[in-house]
Amino acid sequence: FSCSSSGVKPAVATGLVGTVQQQDIMKWNGWGYADSKFFFNKKGQGEFTGKRYRLSGLILPSLKDWFEGTFGANLQHKSPPSLNTSAVAPPSLNEAFVEELKSTGIPFSHDTEDRVFRAHGHCLHEIFSLRDGRVGRCPDMVVWPNCHNDVVKIVELACKHSVCLIPYGGGTSVSSALECPPEETRSIVSLDTSQMNRILWIDEKNLTAHVEAGIIGQDLERLLNESGYCTGHEPDSMEFSSLGGWVATRASGMKKNIYGNIEDLVVHIKMVTPRGVIEKSCQGPRMSTGPDIHHFILGSEGTLGVVTEVTLKIRPIPEYQKYGSVVFPNFQQGVACLREVAKQRCAPASIRLMDNEQFQFGHALKPQVSSIFTSFLDGLKKFYITKFKGFDPHHLCVATLLFEGDREKVLQHEKLVYDIAAKFGGLAAGEDNGQRGYMLTFVIAYLRDLGMEYYVIGESFETSVPWDRWVLDLCRNVKERIVRECKEKGVQFPPLSTCRVTQTYDAGACVYFYFAFNYRGLSDPVHVYEQVEHAAREEILANGGSLSHHHGVGKLRKEWMQETISSVGLGMLKSVKDYLDPNNIFGNRNLL
Amino acid sequence: ASGRGSTEVDGFWDILEERRRTSDLSHALRTFNPQPYKGAPPCSSSELNRAVLESQFLRHVVKEVSAESGEPVEVVRDEASGLLEEMSQNLQLTFIRLLGFSLSKVFKRLFQKILINEEGLNRLQQAIPEHPVILMPNHRSYIDFLVLSYIMFTYDLPIPVIAAGIPLMSMKLIGEIFRRSGAFFIRRAIGDDKLYWALLSEYVRTIVRIGFAPVEFFVEGLRSRTLKSLPPKLGMMHMVLEPFLKGEVYDISLVPISISYDRVLEESLLAHELLGVPKPKETTRGLLKARKILEDDYGSMHVCFGEPLSVRGLAKGTVNRWQYNLVPRDLPAKPSEETLGFVSGVAHLVVRLQEKGMVLSPWSLIATVLLQNPLGMDLDALIQRTCWLRELVEGFGAVLHWTGRSCEVVLSSLSRHHSVVRCEKGRVTLVEEAGASPATPEEGVFRRAAAVLMCASYRNQALHVFVRPALVATAITSPTVTDEDIFAHFQFLQDVFSNEFIFIPGTSHQDFEEGCSSLRKCGAVQVCDQQIRVTEEGKDTIFFLTAVLEPFIQTYQMVFRHLTNEPDQPFTERQYITGVRSSTLKRILSGDVQSFEALSSDVQKNVLSGLVRMGGVTKLKKGVRSEFRVDKTTIGRIADKLGKIYILC
Repeated sequence: FSCSSSGVKPAVATGLVGTVQQQDIMKWNGWGYADSKFFFNKKGQGEFTGKRYRLSGLILPSLKDWFEGTFGANLQHKSPPSLNTSAVAPPSLNEAFVEELKSTGIPFSHDTEDRVFRAHGHCLHEIFSLRDGRVGRCPDMVVWPNCHNDVVKIVELACKHSVCLIPYGGGTSVSSALECPPEETRSIVSLDTSQMNRILWIDEKNLTAHVEAGIIGQDLERLLNESGYCTGHEPDSMEFSSLGGWVATRASGMKKNIYGNIEDLVVHIKMVTPRGVIEKSCQGPRMSTGPDIHHFILGSEGTLGVVTEVTLKIRPIPEYQKYGSVVFPNFQQGVACLREVAKQRCAPASIRLMDNEQFQFGHALKPQVSSIFTSFLDGLKKFYITKFKGFDPHHLCVATLLFEGDREKVLQHEKLVYDIAAKFGGLAAGEDNGQRGYMLTFVIAYLRDLGMEYYVIGESFETSVPWDRWVLDLCRNVKERIVRECKEKGVQFPPLSTCRVTQTYDAGACVYFYFAFNYRGLSDPVHVYEQVEHAAREEILANGGSLSHHHGVGKLRKEWMQETISSVGLGMLKSVKDYLDPNNIFGNRNLL
Repeated sequence: ASGRGSTEVDGFWDILEERRRTSDLSHALRTFNPQPYKGAPPCSSSELNRAVLESQFLRHVVKEVSAESGEPVEVVRDEASGLLEEMSQNLQLTFIRLLGFSLSKVFKRLFQKILINEEGLNRLQQAIPEHPVILMPNHRSYIDFLVLSYIMFTYDLPIPVIAAGIPLMSMKLIGEIFRRSGAFFIRRAIGDDKLYWALLSEYVRTIVRIGFAPVEFFVEGLRSRTLKSLPPKLGMMHMVLEPFLKGEVYDISLVPISISYDRVLEESLLAHELLGVPKPKETTRGLLKARKILEDDYGSMHVCFGEPLSVRGLAKGTVNRWQYNLVPRDLPAKPSEETLGFVSGVAHLVVRLQEKGMVLSPWSLIATVLLQNPLGMDLDALIQRTCWLRELVEGFGAVLHWTGRSCEVVLSSLSRHHSVVRCEKGRVTLVEEAGASPATPEEGVFRRAAAVLMCASYRNQALHVFVRPALVATAITSPTVTDEDIFAHFQFLQDVFSNEFIFIPGTSHQDFEEGCSSLRKCGAVQVCDQQIRVTEEGKDTIFFLTAVLEPFIQTYQMVFRHLTNEPDQPFTERQYITGVRSSTLKRILSGDVQSFEALSSDVQKNVLSGLVRMGGVTKLKKGVRSEFRVDKTTIGRIADKLGKIYILC
């Protein structure tokens, strides 16, 4: 078996060359690209640096007021990171393993920077520690397999020499899944899949593509686009997250209404386990061959093996895309509209509903307007909505829409959705608002880094919940719980506690919460944060929400697994783990 | 603020004071602009009714009922609509104003003062905008809820909707006035009427869910004829808690409210009811006749608003709300054991807090003392003993309304209760009903019993203060006791009497601790090396406390004996009461039983429910009526054990 492709179409070379560069252009103690970040300039105006995003290089005049008003933060009170290079414990290497690995020619490293970079995901406590210069248990070395066979060799060696393997894709985990268990005594090897980033073949007859699992979302999409295709799978982390990671966490994409979630997209998966390679023998679109083995792999969170290659459904790039937005007088009306859209099964590629707090936040990120005319128009719009239509600016909320397909159908579809919205008091609010809403998704993670400069910490978490129990129930209860818990824990300023509905389904929806607060005066802010998030999760579960819609369980939400899937269910998963990996080589201790 | 005199109980103030100074009319017509529950959109009574009828829950039940009965859905729906019409309130501000005006007049005639705790009212005011509020007063008099609505109106708080019994509604004019003042009416015996239950529960839940208005209901279910707390009813309690358990509201505040009277308007009616003289049907004319009541002095009443209880806080760690995740919330579902336990615990807790918040009238203490001296006392001795008792109950943590010098307090109480006691030539005795001298010895007993039961009712208002230390005292002084099993004795007694006194299920240890610590604080016992000993100077207290329980023990033993001697035959409750009454009468006449309280049908019924609970009696469902069958061995065993613990003199 060789690493070269044998597909229908010649493999496309990727533009990215490997780890070292990826690592170099990214922050080591914050989110995303090193050149992209928010900051307050000397005039106190917000700015976003770099050239990568629509917002890059723009002045954001309202950011300061929103930031100070919402959090009670003050630009005079800075909490900069301590930049002293952290004292990282020297690697504990398994010499025999290292020796044999050398003979295979697979690149590896035990450089401190490489190790620290792969010791964490993006949970608040992980980033907070890094900014503080504190690093916990790190992988002892990093290996970069180049293809499926390399992975097979590494796993064999790990089993032979009793080494703990932790697969690493894009590093965007928010479930403590990448944290090295501190109690692990074996040498820990981070298995970085980033070199396995090729599209091995594209099958235009069946509309599938066979791809190495280390490929990063945006690269996959760009490369497919070059051939006129796309997967349509766009999780919010797609700039940095990997195909293998999506499979391992049961990822969900923004446009799942057209393309489906990851479990709907995969046709075939190849995974290397300590017991051997698991895969199906054909690519039939549906099979009745007992429980689907893919479902043991999907969501296994790196506990069973390494996903090396995936065959995915692809689609021709849509002819036409159109953003849109609707303003509702209040959240309740907005939700009723989303429910109706789901009932009629006419959801556009994406439909999301922000609550009032997020609507206001969106406003804070409005760039300086270029002309008096635009500003005049904005004023008119505002006047129309609040004065003429009587919407209360402190209650109204916004749905953002994305339509895709051929032009004519999109326009029909658009009319249908706007007609439904009108029945629930919704007013069309323009393409621009819609597009900005989606752009926010990508920059919001950068905003947390800005907050951390000024004593503000926060994070997002998600759930899925049946239609009948959420609007003024789950959303209200969780938001209120957050506010009350913060107060109880001694948080001095009211927190930002906001939510949005990001996906609709036949029988329910996915809800996303953002939660942030000013931690001045608290001695252990991360602990407070964790307690509040824990309480919020308890509240979600008590209100009929799920443990996770797409972030996964990792180590952060493990404690609720048994209640969530029953002890018998947990036993089933454990017995699979015991069969595939009796010596716990894949020892990240996620999930179970 | 001028209403607060230094003589009042701390923090209480008289709401009638201002009414006596300023115009009642302008009070009734004042701007009324209460701050509602924050989530509450304005909603009219008819909108509320429509929401109930159109709810998924009700539509579901209507379909079920139609399928079971064979009636077309439309007919069942019309029936439901009719029932809702009968049930629903029609709160109107105009009527509140009208009522406010007339109540100002009436209350000023009836009462010297209506004293409320300002702090509690402030807490209530803060709680209302936060979460749906449930007002949970105890129920001693018909005017309880009038007073509460009056207070809410006076303090610019939202007028509550009130769960009331249907008999009130049948009083033509009054029923309509009550309805427009926010009362909704519940039938007494709902039984298995599925449609009615569904309507009622959805009605209550909807009010709570949308925060229509504070809901007020009497967790004791009925007006207590004995002035003693009644074991809580759980149906309404469950309805009220459900919106929280199902996550429809973030939290619910329960506000226990303790209402106590120096003198209850219905006092003479009460005693007669207990003795089996039927109470007059509640009619408007009857109420008008009661006008002569207005001539009398009823002293003061106290309304103490307790600390709002967070249902969320109470549920934490006791109820797993996940259990509601798998069934649609809009469908009827049987509550789990866990939920029922929670509901019962909360209901008992509220009754307990009502007891604790009660401001006692000195008359309650005087009545307690007099009952232990059935032949009467010298006034001086009565004053002295009452003062002694005052110190004791205050040591037990009770709050007393004691204004002025002791002898004045006692004398004014005696004169207010001239229908029960008389003070002649320095001697205080119970008053028996006037009239020709009794024709039969039985009649004599009943006359005497009426006076005793009236006294007993007022003692009952203070009973909760004594119960725990009294049970410990009884256990300690039991001839069969060794140190190890004082607690076992206590638990047994608590078990036997748990239909009589309110204990929160599962808190025996705390109750025992509370009883012991009360006794220790007043110096009646000493605890050393895990041993509890009665002190020399504590003997009097211990004697007093056991004597408080004696009438109850006597009645229970009396009923046990009666049941074990009766022929083996199922009986109805009515037959039971008649049987017990005549056998009690005989024993009183023969001198076998001393306590006239044994004639109280209330205690007799409690014995029966207690026996059902302990397995001494089995309840058999026979059509609409229940029958009871006795298990003599079990009763014998209980009687035996009780007899050994407490030997009746």
